[in-house]
Amino acid sequence: MTKNASTTGLYTKKAIKCFTNPKNYGRIKNPDGIGKVGNPVCGDVMWLYLKIGKKGRKEYIEDVKFETFGCVAAIATSSILTDLVKGKTLQAALKIDNQKIVKSLGGLPPIKLHCSVLAANALKKAVEDYQKQKEKKKSK
Amino acid sequence: MIKRGTKYYFDYAAATPVDPRVIQAVSFHNKNYFGNTMSLHQFGQSAKNILETSRAIVAGLIKANPEEIIFTSSATESNNLALKGVAEANHKKGKHIIISQIEHPCVMESAEWLESQGFEITRLPVDKYGLVSLAALKGAIKSDTVLVSIIHASNEIGTIQPIRAIGKICRAKGVYFHTDAAQSFGKVPINVVKDNIDLLTASAHKMYGPKGAACLYVRKGVKIEPILHGGGQEKGLRSSTVNVPAIAGFAKACEICGREMSHESVRLIKLRNGLIQGVLKRIPNAYLLGHTRKRLPNNINFRFDHVEGESMVVQLDLLGIAASTGSACSSAKLEPSHVLLALGLKHEQAHGSLRISLGRWTKKSEIDYLLKVLPGIINKLREISPYK
Repeated sequence: MTKNASTTGLYTKKAIKCFTNPKNYGRIKNPDGIGKVGNPVCGDVMWLYLKIGKKGRKEYIEDVKFETFGCVAAIATSSILTDLVKGKTLQAALKIDNQKIVKSLGGLPPIKLHCSVLAANALKKAVEDYQKQKEKKKSK
Repeated sequence: MIKRGTKYYFDYAAATPVDPRVIQAVSFHNKNYFGNTMSLHQFGQSAKNILETSRAIVAGLIKANPEEIIFTSSATESNNLALKGVAEANHKKGKHIIISQIEHPCVMESAEWLESQGFEITRLPVDKYGLVSLAALKGAIKSDTVLVSIIHASNEIGTIQPIRAIGKICRAKGVYFHTDAAQSFGKVPINVVKDNIDLLTASAHKMYGPKGAACLYVRKGVKIEPILHGGGQEKGLRSSTVNVPAIAGFAKACEICGREMSHESVRLIKLRNGLIQGVLKRIPNAYLLGHTRKRLPNNINFRFDHVEGESMVVQLDLLGIAASTGSACSSAKLEPSHVLLALGLKHEQAHGSLRISLGRWTKKSEIDYLLKVLPGIINKLREISPYK
């Protein structure tokens, strides 16, 4: 890391790539679930949108998009999370925790680890929101 | 066209490049004046002569007497010495100290430590431009106040305080006035006599000198105790073997600043104002932080709605541009800058700050390059942001 004297030296190449060319950012119109989370530590904010599809009996993440107001780590973890969960069943997606997110970025500076929790929480909240909406529809 | 791999340095407020003339002076004195100034032989005494010549040059820049300059290793050390040294020497007179809410962390933390030692600290608020109110200062001074310490020019937002008026108030009330001039020394004229200053902090590496050389001006007659005890160098106020080559470099830097300050500040103000106007014109929901006129010639600090500072700094860095931010994400404590919060900014507003500081080698073409790439960076980050 000492080789690269720029700020980017703080982050892995993979994290910088996810930050400069984030995938799946933006909004989904009429999403099936939204997870809005804020980081009480630093003030970063992440919104996650889900579109849920069905393969037979299994529900899976057909589409996912995010919007994030935050630092390099917040944006990179948002982007990698969407990559990790897209196409996965809800069950499999929920198994992706912050450690898995950090690992997929090749690591994060210790002070930035809390950003990965933000992304994991956004996913959890979005899935919860989807399930709540579903229950509501059922009871109608 | 901008060459690939070119570097653009816009972080002079953090550290300045060392002027080649200073490098030459440091290297020359390292080679020829390595002696210990406390030694009686010619090696020691010739180094001592360089030290005293340097002291006179540094003193000259702020119209002080040479014997009023105490060399230290950093502005942090000078500020610690000023606060703790004055507190210690005058605690029988009183235990009340006044600072502002926008001091450098080394003053904030020194004051907090003194608070834990039984001193009472008043932290004066500032207005939205970062200016301390003279009326509030007057009102805050009590019979047991021993020291007022107000930063001359803010390292973050560049706002310059009315130190002459502040000094006048303190002098009239018989209270010592210390100012941290780390950012302003060598950039704007300072006259310790006319400005009624009792103690002043300056540092070489903010004005094209080497790191590890700084000073505290202590007006003759000011009661102060050392915080470093030992061989009794620097009139007993700062024991440590004196770093003569670095101090000779500091003196060289002062000599150059003294000579070039007036036309350099005109040049920088023109560049600064051009960049401010350019950014405010090109980028919507962008705001200048600090005062429009009462600010350092080389300091610019913007805030952009809905984008975060570290993201901006890294995007700029990837294009070879060095700048800095007061965002919580970039701080070791994960808290937004206390200076930005003191201006009345909300947490999320402080999140989007970007400090751009100019200096001796900043060219118009570099400003133009920054103006060319910054709107795209902000746009991209706003696209990603949930707030539009």
